[in-house]
Order: sequence, then structure tokens, then C-alpha cells
Amino acid sequence: MTLLDVENLHVYYGQIHALKGITLHVDQGEIVTLIGANGAGKSTTLKTISGLLRPREGRITLSGLDLAALPAHEVVAKGVVQVPEGRRIFGQLTVHENLSMGAYTRTERDGIDGDLERIFTLFPRLKERRAQVAGTLSGGEQQMLAIGRALMSQPKVLLLDEPSMGLAPVLVEQIFETITGINQLGTTVLLVEQNAFMALQIARRGYVLQTGEIALSGSAKELQANAEVRKAYLGG
Amino acid sequence: MAATLVAARIQRNWLQRLSVIDIFLWAFRVAVLAAVVVGTFRTLYSGRYAGEVWIDFVVFGVSQGSVYALIALGYTMVYGILRMINFAHGDIFMCGAYTAYYAASALYRAGVFNRQPLLSLAIILAVAITASTSVALLVERVAYRPLRRAPRLVPLISAIGASFFIEYAVRGLYGSGFQAYPEFEVFKGKWNFFGIGILRTQAVVIAATVILMGLLYLFVMRTKTGTAMRAVSEDREVAALMGINVDRVIVITFAVGAAAAGAAGVLYALVFKQVHFFMGFYPGIKAFTAAVLGGIGNIPGAMLGGLFLGLFESVGPILVLDGLGIVAPYQLKDVIAFTMLVMVLIFRPSGILGERLAGKKA
Repeated sequence: MTLLDVENLHVYYGQIHALKGITLHVDQGEIVTLIGANGAGKSTTLKTISGLLRPREGRITLSGLDLAALPAHEVVAKGVVQVPEGRRIFGQLTVHENLSMGAYTRTERDGIDGDLERIFTLFPRLKERRAQVAGTLSGGEQQMLAIGRALMSQPKVLLLDEPSMGLAPVLVEQIFETITGINQLGTTVLLVEQNAFMALQIARRGYVLQTGEIALSGSAKELQANAEVRKAYLGG
Repeated sequence: MAATLVAARIQRNWLQRLSVIDIFLWAFRVAVLAAVVVGTFRTLYSGRYAGEVWIDFVVFGVSQGSVYALIALGYTMVYGILRMINFAHGDIFMCGAYTAYYAASALYRAGVFNRQPLLSLAIILAVAITASTSVALLVERVAYRPLRRAPRLVPLISAIGASFFIEYAVRGLYGSGFQAYPEFEVFKGKWNFFGIGILRTQAVVIAATVILMGLLYLFVMRTKTGTAMRAVSEDREVAALMGINVDRVIVITFAVGAAAAGAAGVLYALVFKQVHFFMGFYPGIKAFTAAVLGGIGNIPGAMLGGLFLGLFESVGPILVLDGLGIVAPYQLKDVIAFTMLVMVLIFRPSGILGERLAGKKA
């Protein structure tokens, strides 16, 4: 069943035509990855889905519900949340305050407290540091916090923008394991990555983005085997 | 290669690195410091002022500083979120005081004013806060929100325009004269605290400020909306990605800052007992100075900055200038305030508590 559906998306930065008709879909329960070089339009796609950028043309729907016309803060309430590139946690807020901001759109006290406990089980480090100012966390911990913060909104679809960026290889592996874990608990994931090798290992399907267009799509296995993909993104 | 260059630069004689500007700035520092030390010493040595006088000046400074601090909160909160100086803020303060004047005189004529002073004060405060908040929200909607994506200088110019607009609108509506505020009988004279006589109005100003500051601090630090305000001031885009309605938070910020300014307007009128269409200008600029002094964007900084400025302004003239043989030093209190602004901008642009802000920009 298709959960998130993006059709013929055109986005401009002023005169620059950044996305030239992107069409993709994410089914319920999947991990789908969007790979491509720097500047191909991966982040732009996520920002448009999140409502930070307005498409000039095209449709974005979540189980049939139109998202393209909504402002960013309402998209979250509908169940699509993004972990932005470079983590961008609120450095001067405590870990606990960061997480509570993730649950900003929710009002049920009990549900929020329950989710907080779940996130602390998923990331015990965050529990230890819940009263600490988030800017003092290490890079890996900040990435955990960014993911935890997004999960606090109870998303149907989690958009992840380059979660491995700037992290040590050990941590990268850990973050990807976490993403798989979150997915197994029922959250659908759309993952943007430069680290195509890791992304294709955990994803079911993938899209290859090139200068604002989908150049290639298919199951993760197909893409891993594809000669062009191997050459361009997997190092031979 | 690069490392050796750096090392060579460090090893170069400090005299060679000294520029004309450095020399000037050091001379300026030394001159100000010398003036302060010599003036203070001579004043204290002459023994012209008794202990009681000092206490009066300190209490007056603290109460004046309280008003500055309350106004400064609005500057600093709006700056924290929009990176913009709301130069109409002083006039928003004036609107609160001016509207409260009408409420106060109506209560006075009805004879309620002195029979129920606490109730009257509460009503006046409520009227002032409502008026200031309404004006601020209108200004935000009309003069700032349409310019949200414009370069930073544009809303600043718009703010100066809004400031003039409010001043001359009030002048057109109510005239250019001073309006005398009715006085509370109960607040006349002094109260004795542990043998120290304090003017009642000033005690009320200080107490009200402490309460308001406490409430505001709890609001910003403990409530969900307050946390959202801090989140928006750190990263507006990500705040929106978390589902925070950024425009709404900005409106709340303006409203809270304006409410503090409205309350400050009433307190100011309690002490000075008159209102005037231009009365927002100097307190506004002073409060801006206080906000910069404390580190703009930083809420405890604004509180501290206001207090410091009020104290320096009140104690400074007789402590320093009198000792330097300057006649009628009290007329130069504005000079002290603005010299402090210039010195903060030159020597410590991040202000007293502004470390965090400086780090954030880097």
C-alpha cells in the first residue's frame, strides 16, 4: 500500500530549476533510499515534502491526503517528520526539552511520556543525559537525539537527511542499525544518503537522483548490482 | 608551511603589531578608568555626601533600572527570535503608560483611585498591558511580518518608521502637552525597611518588577510555549520541522515583550507622575542600551543590564563626575549611559552574558 506518494515534482530556487519532475513513492513499512551526488536534489526533495519549500508543480500525498499546500508545521501533525541534515538539534535546550519539542504537536500527556520512555530504551545514553544541554553531546549522541526528537512526533513516515554525515564509521553502523530497528517497529523510512553502500544494505528499494531527475530506480539488490551505480556511488 | 607562518607572526614583536587604533582604544580605556578612579576617590574623600544620600541614589538606581530591565526584555526577546531591533518598542511602552493615564484619571474622578489603591493599580496595569500588546501586535502584523524575508536592514527602517508613526499619532490624538498622573495617597512618603527609609513608589516599582521578572522567567524556562520560543530563536527552520507554528511563536514573543513594556509604563508613571507622547524615546534607547549591555538576545542579560545601567546612571554622576569638579553632574547621566553603550560595543560587543550568542554566530 502506498503511503507517501510524490508525483512530477518541480521545485525552483529563484531561476534555478532544482527538481525537474521527481516521481517516487514509499509503501507502508518500507525503507526507501534516495541516493545521488552532491547537489542532485536529495535534500531539496525532502525539504519540499516537509513543506519548507513550495513546489511549482506536482503533487505530494500521504495516504491520499494532499501535503503540498500545507505549511511545514502542519505537515508534522499529519505524520511526516524530518531529521534534518547535520542533525541541527537545539543546542541550548536540554536533551529532555529537545525531545519535548519533537512532541510539540501532540497533547496527550500519557502517550508522550510513554514515547519518551521508549526513546530512552532505544537510546540509553540520552536518558543518562536528559538534563544536560544538548550542545554538549558528542556527534553520535546528537544524531541519536535528532532521531529521537523526530520520533517523538509519532510519525508515519520518517524522513532522514544524511544521518551518517560526519560520524565515525563505528557510529555510522550503529545509526543504520537503529534505523532498521525503528523500521521494524513499524515506522516507514525515506532515507537520503551519500553513503550509498550502507543505504542500499538496509533499504528495500532505492532511487538514484541526478541533477534534479530520477535517473534510475529499483530494488536495493538491483541497484547494488547495477554497473553504473557501482561505478558512480559504490566505488567500483 | 602554514604553521611556521603562524608561529612567525606570533613571534613578531607586539609593538610591531600594535596599530593606531589599538593605541587609541587603549588610551580610551586608560582615560575612562582614570576618570572613574580619580572621580570616585575625590568624591569619597571629600565626604560631601552622607550615607543616606548614597542609599537614596542606589534605591533610585535600582527602581529606574527595573523599568529599563522590563523594557529591555522586549528588545532582547524579539532580537533573539528575529535578529531584529524593534525600535518602536519604546513607543509601545509609551502607549501603555498613556492609555493607563486615561484609566487612572477615570478611576480618580470616580473616587475609586484612593479608596481601592490595589484594585486601581491592578486595573491600570491591565489596561496598560492590553494597550501595549495590541499596538505591538498591530505593528508586527503591518510593519514587520510582510518583511520577514527581506534583508535585515529593511525591517529596521520599518521599525524606525513605526516608532515615528506611533509618536505622532499619539500627539495628534492627545496633544503634545504633559498629562499629570494622579498620585496614590498610600504610595506617598517612605517605608522603613530595617531602618532604611525607601520611597514607597520606588519600593512598589522594585517589588512589581521582581514579580514580573519571575513570572516571565518561569514562562520562558518552564512552559511548552516558552521552550518553543527558545527553540525558534535557535533554529527557526528546524522548529517548523518539529511542528512549531513559527509565526504564532513570533506573535507571542511580541505580545510578552509588549506586556512587560506596558507594565513598565505604569511603573514609570508612578515614579515620574506624568505622561507625554515622546516619553518612550529615552527609556527606549536606554533599555536598548541595557539589552546590549547584558548581551542582546539573552533574557537574564537584559535583567542584569537594566539593573546595571540604572545603578550607573544614578550613582555615577555624583560618584565620579562630582569628584572631577563637574558642576550639576546629574544632568550628565545620559552621557554616562551612552558612554557605557559605546564602550560595550567597542570592548565587549557580546555584552555581560552574551558569550552564548557569540558562540552561536560562529
